[in-house]
Amino acid sequence: MKDPVVSMKNIHYAYEKKAILHDIHFEIPQGVFMGMLGPNGGGKTTLIKLILGLSKPDNGSIHLFGQPIDKFRDWSKIGFVSQKANTFNKGFPATVFEVVSMGLTGKIGYLKLFTRKHKSKVLQSIDQVGMTDYAYENVGNLSGGQQQRVFIARALVNDPELLILDEPTVGVDQENVQRFYDLLHQLNDEHHITLLLVTHDTGTITEHATDIVCLNKTLHFHGEPDEYQTLTNKDLSKFYGHPVNIVTHDH
Amino acid sequence: MLADFLEYDFLRHTFLTGLLIGIIAPLLGTFIVVRRLSLIADALSHVTLAGIAFGLFMDKKFALGIAPLYSGMGFSVLGSIFIEQLRGVYKAYQELAIPIILSGGVGLSVIFIALADGFNTELFNYLFGSVSAVSQMDFYSILGISIIIILLIGLFYKELVTLSFDEEHAVVSGIHSKQIHLLFIVLTALVIAASIRVVGVLLVSSLMTLPVAASMRIARGFKQMIAFSIVFGELAVIIGLITGYYFSIPPGGTIVVVSIIILLLSIGMKRFSYTSRKRRLTHGTE
Repeated sequence: MKDPVVSMKNIHYAYEKKAILHDIHFEIPQGVFMGMLGPNGGGKTTLIKLILGLSKPDNGSIHLFGQPIDKFRDWSKIGFVSQKANTFNKGFPATVFEVVSMGLTGKIGYLKLFTRKHKSKVLQSIDQVGMTDYAYENVGNLSGGQQQRVFIARALVNDPELLILDEPTVGVDQENVQRFYDLLHQLNDEHHITLLLVTHDTGTITEHATDIVCLNKTLHFHGEPDEYQTLTNKDLSKFYGHPVNIVTHDH
Repeated sequence: MLADFLEYDFLRHTFLTGLLIGIIAPLLGTFIVVRRLSLIADALSHVTLAGIAFGLFMDKKFALGIAPLYSGMGFSVLGSIFIEQLRGVYKAYQELAIPIILSGGVGLSVIFIALADGFNTELFNYLFGSVSAVSQMDFYSILGISIIIILLIGLFYKELVTLSFDEEHAVVSGIHSKQIHLLFIVLTALVIAASIRVVGVLLVSSLMTLPVAASMRIARGFKQMIAFSIVFGELAVIIGLITGYYFSIPPGGTIVVVSIIILLLSIGMKRFSYTSRKRRLTHGTE
């Protein structure tokens, strides 16, 4: 049995004395497609920041690929597509090729050159997300869905084993959301990339993910989508902290 | 028209220095503009003025021959480090560092100028630039600085671009954002100090931002933006120096006016081609 990709034990995190995360015990096994649900302010983004090492928990331990986070150096194993993908600096005139190349900056390292090998890797990632025709266009001129794919390519260029996506479908139209999930399935099934997708789109994620977790300060649910579907409105109200009606999606 | 510039030593030094700053000012300027730090160049140029006034004052009162180029550079670099500190202190008001440093620079300048017995032609040259003020020694210093700047930008290019585009992503990728940022701001300070002889304190920031503003309108990609910025910067410097010399106008003024003409032309060009391109891209075949 391989080490879980992420393992968190007894995590507490507070900001200005207000508890954001409380007593989190949580693992992401290899190969899963995990959907993380939760209300705004429920600590989803904070949890991701802890995994990425951008914040430190007040208490508890985090292991990445079996290693304690403070000893972990292999950051290129973790790809991250942030909410920022929708609000990045559009005035910055970078081509798709340039943006995806930036994904390699950390991996190549200081004082080392971007070589032909890197270039073909970048083009391969662009192809993987279906943006080859736009490789030399300015990112700022593309539609939201196209930009989203470019940022996924930037994460893929490092061959990550874990891909974390924070609210990636905000501002992407319905047709492109479908294409986006197709791409995620391809990454998960064919390339065996473990996925952690944070969203508040309950209906769509339960159709696609293999695991669902619900986070509101603490972990309220961790199971398969089918189990999640059986939760009653009462359960969900407890979890969201206010009354909830499930909207069923018929497909 | 170029003949005089090749014939006389002092003109040749100015001209060659102009060619150097036509490269380094837009090169750094590209990063400054995309990071929305355009005003930092202004703040630092005023700190450089304080340094120059300090150099002139020491020379006049104590006959200490500190070249104003070096005292200006020293102040500029210290100012840049101080800006970084202030931006850390006022995290939510990062632009506050700019008026603090700018007014501080002007304040110190006024004091040193007064102590050095007021205005003179040399100071006027520092404010608006001069076609005849660059000595051979200045030229060699600026040549050395330019080589160092181009080398460092080349070595840290991918880190600088990654950091400027998306700081969070850069930090996640393991880039040391603080150190890279400090390097960048110190290089900016050096470029400003090097450019002041030719363009002048009051107009140096324009040579870092106007060519970039023009290039931004038409470039595809960041590398192309740098390339166009340098071409526009060189054009402005060359035309500006020659016309400045023939009409006896400080070159700072002519260089800026040429830059603005280039900017207007690029805006006109873009108007012409923009709409059709955007339409084709977002509604094109998918």
